[in-house]
Amino acid sequence: MKCRRCREAAVIELRRHNAAFCAPCFLHHTREQVRKAIDEFEMIGPGERVLVAVSGGKDSLGLWDLLLDLGYQVDGLYLGLGIGDGEGDSGYSRSSGAYTRAFAAARGAHLREVDLPTDLGFDVPTGAAAARRAPCSACGLSKRHLFNAAALEGGYDVVATGHNLDDEAAVLFGNVLRWNTDYLGRQLPVLPAARGFVRKVKPLVRLSEREMAAYCVLKGIDYIVEECPMADGNRHLGYKEALNAVEERSPGAKHAFYFEFLAKASELFRPLAAAEQEGALRPCSSCGAPTTGEVCAFCSLVARATDPERLATVRLGPTRRGGRGRRSA
Amino acid sequence: MKVLLRNPRREVEVPGPLRVGALLERLGVSRETVLVIRGDTLVPGDAVLDDADTVEVRPVISGGQQ
Repeated sequence: MKCRRCREAAVIELRRHNAAFCAPCFLHHTREQVRKAIDEFEMIGPGERVLVAVSGGKDSLGLWDLLLDLGYQVDGLYLGLGIGDGEGDSGYSRSSGAYTRAFAAARGAHLREVDLPTDLGFDVPTGAAAARRAPCSACGLSKRHLFNAAALEGGYDVVATGHNLDDEAAVLFGNVLRWNTDYLGRQLPVLPAARGFVRKVKPLVRLSEREMAAYCVLKGIDYIVEECPMADGNRHLGYKEALNAVEERSPGAKHAFYFEFLAKASELFRPLAAAEQEGALRPCSSCGAPTTGEVCAFCSLVARATDPERLATVRLGPTRRGGRGRRSA
Repeated sequence: MKVLLRNPRREVEVPGPLRVGALLERLGVSRETVLVIRGDTLVPGDAVLDDADTVEVRPVISGGQQ
């Protein structure tokens, strides 16, 4: 198999592009896909400061590396979630933090850190159980709130996340299955800045998970390969599995599903999402972040996750939705 | 050849010579969901693996909600 660009021996085939690449040409291809996404969706302007949300995984470390190589001013923010950090547990959060710090040190990049257990008094497994939320839901809520807050505090113009084509196609699939029209109206590669919200961008939307993993291997970036133990068997992974079965038979299906949605259907749902939000936001009485209620969802999660009575109940019994009979830490 | 698999981490022996595509079929793994790594580089689907090779079949799918 030959590289499409230079005719040297290829190391990876990309069926959806009907192409194969050698290592240097694949790295070039990856950078060009990110450059194209940033330009096409006007994600980052000249001179803007970017905060990239990093987890120690292939997508976020790969994104940080790509943005640095493309010449952007990028710092990283790592959020310690306290997952698997009990005695005899997997050590998932400890490992992911170590990969992130090693990358930042190797690239000489600036890393900021927030640690949920130390700084806010709860870890994701226990907090989710106490608040009676699924772990992935409590984790996602914490990330959205804390990344935005850190960006505002640090004077960043943009928060960049490592959501790739597979992530976006899987979320779209889930939203279409349930016709979540307000979510469909907001599922965009760029969420513009608004009062209390920094602009959020997804520069990896043109790249698959496989491409991002390949990028890290070929660039020599060490990342945490093990899956988050809380995500095991979740709905999102099921959607990815279903879409990959389609992709296997019809290369390019995921790309077409997501990008044709953006081109032909996304606009139709935007008024529904806007109506949902219009005039409804006010400052959270606890932290000041924009919210539709008296207290924002994150402050409500923190209150529940650190409530001694709820924690006592959690420590006595199994988690509600921790998955596969797992007990909280 | 030695094949390293993840989640859970384990090692299996598979007789060579064998093309990468055929190895993945034998393991029942979709090629959209893994990379095959030999040393510090990737191996494409049409490459032939020998008995002496050691390869890692690394999953690329990660979960979590947004």
